[in-house]
Amino acid sequence: MTASVLCERDGAAVRTTPNRRRRAVRGTLGIVAFLAIYEAFARSGMFSTAITPPLETIAAAFVSSLAGGYIFLQAGATLLRVAIGMTFALIIAVPLGMLMGRHRLAERALAPLVSILMPIPSLAWVPLIVLWFGIGNTATILVVVYAAAFPLLFNVWTGVRTVNQVWVRAAVVMGASRACVFRQVILPAALPYVITGVRLAFGRAWIAVIGGELLASPETGLGKVIFDANEYLNADVMLSALVVIGMIGLFFERMVFNRLERVTVERWGMTAKSGR
Amino acid sequence: MMRRALRMRDRAVGVVAPAVLIVACALAWEAVARYGNFPPKLVPDLPTIAGAFLRLLESGTLAAATGATLARLGAGFALAAAFGVSVGVLMGRYPFVEDTLLPIVSFLYPIPGIAYAPLFVMWFGLGDLPSILLVGVSASFTIIINAWKGVRAVRPIWLRSAHMMGANERTIFTKVILPAALPYVLTGLRLGLASAWRILVAVEMLMSVQQGLGWLIFGSQQFLNTDVMLATIAVIGAIGMLLEKQLFERIERYTLVRWGMMTA
Repeated sequence: MTASVLCERDGAAVRTTPNRRRRAVRGTLGIVAFLAIYEAFARSGMFSTAITPPLETIAAAFVSSLAGGYIFLQAGATLLRVAIGMTFALIIAVPLGMLMGRHRLAERALAPLVSILMPIPSLAWVPLIVLWFGIGNTATILVVVYAAAFPLLFNVWTGVRTVNQVWVRAAVVMGASRACVFRQVILPAALPYVITGVRLAFGRAWIAVIGGELLASPETGLGKVIFDANEYLNADVMLSALVVIGMIGLFFERMVFNRLERVTVERWGMTAKSGR
Repeated sequence: MMRRALRMRDRAVGVVAPAVLIVACALAWEAVARYGNFPPKLVPDLPTIAGAFLRLLESGTLAAATGATLARLGAGFALAAAFGVSVGVLMGRYPFVEDTLLPIVSFLYPIPGIAYAPLFVMWFGLGDLPSILLVGVSASFTIIINAWKGVRAVRPIWLRSAHMMGANERTIFTKVILPAALPYVLTGLRLGLASAWRILVAVEMLMSVQQGLGWLIFGSQQFLNTDVMLATIAVIGAIGMLLEKQLFERIERYTLVRWGMMTA
């Protein structure tokens, strides 16, 4: 994270902006080439078509998973788990991060604990959580909470800590109360970091929920679709579920978080400085 | 005098406060384990966990598992680094490559690597090969994206002046682009290593490898060896911390700071 902060340069204007049509044509070309290579590989007979199905079989699996809204139900179950897990993570991590950013004692006391727990991959806890809470929904959601809480905590903490002290002092001099300083100065100033934290937390939660669904076997979910398809050697179902997972991830990255950043951070004239 | 006393008090607080909290957490765990009315098999007390750790250490199981996991991590990460940096640099240097690959990369990037696990089992069977490939795949996208951004962020004026002074394409690449893009590339490698580490433990659970820390946790679940699981989780955390803190901070100090690309 440190490196990317320090090398923000005038890199954007390196080239004259290539015209969009050429870009689109080349992009399509790339995708077509990628698919063609896969198709050739699938039909080459190197592997049986049961495990490397050709594109039309995958498409057919996708279409049949649309029937009755099956895939939407599964995706909905996965997203609901992410939403619940993220909510809990927000409730836990945001106040703690703010406390750590504002009070030295809290920071001193909690930082070692955080640095012990943070590097443990959330999925390492799955077998233990399954023993404690049984397989299913609770276990999967707990894994999501663990995965999402630390990026949030870390970014909120950093954001609150790095608020420009001059702003705080200026507000105090102008007679702002503690609550007012917090609401009017610290919160907006820390917001870019908070939003980066939410974005990172979603990325982690998205990995954790799929991993949790594979390992903790709840009854529904995209990870479960893949896991079940594995039992019956349905590679076509697996690949179509992967495409759905990719589309949802891309949708959140592009449509939700980019837009969120644009309407909040950029409008207020503060750009987030910590990258992925 | 006053200031020094304050600083010493500060330092004392810095040691005491976390120690108090960690001891409090340990005591809370111990209290729950002993008096919490949970089966001790599921919530072992701290001496039991420490005993399991020592037992694993003595029998060599832990060393073997750690070695196997780190070897897998090294192989997967090396694969991801080689592939990711080359693709990323090509994308940053040649607009044609960038335009062609960017849609594919940005579609594949948000798919969690772990989701490919069952597919890789089908294609490559169980064991080491699919685990290494999967770790490689899931770590490479962050590396690609960062290397690409790094090359794109090289100041055009440096390129132009090197060109003016008669540097050929190769000199420009090795003397200008690579050093200038290095901070981004290293950031990408660090993030890639971190994501490889996070995914590897889970991959080992799904791939039923012969040995490994993830497998140790997963295998212990069958026998309700919660103490072994917790001891292994602690080891995993410690290794993760070392990888993040020691390895990359050191590399950054030796390269970037020394070359003046970044202040320590």
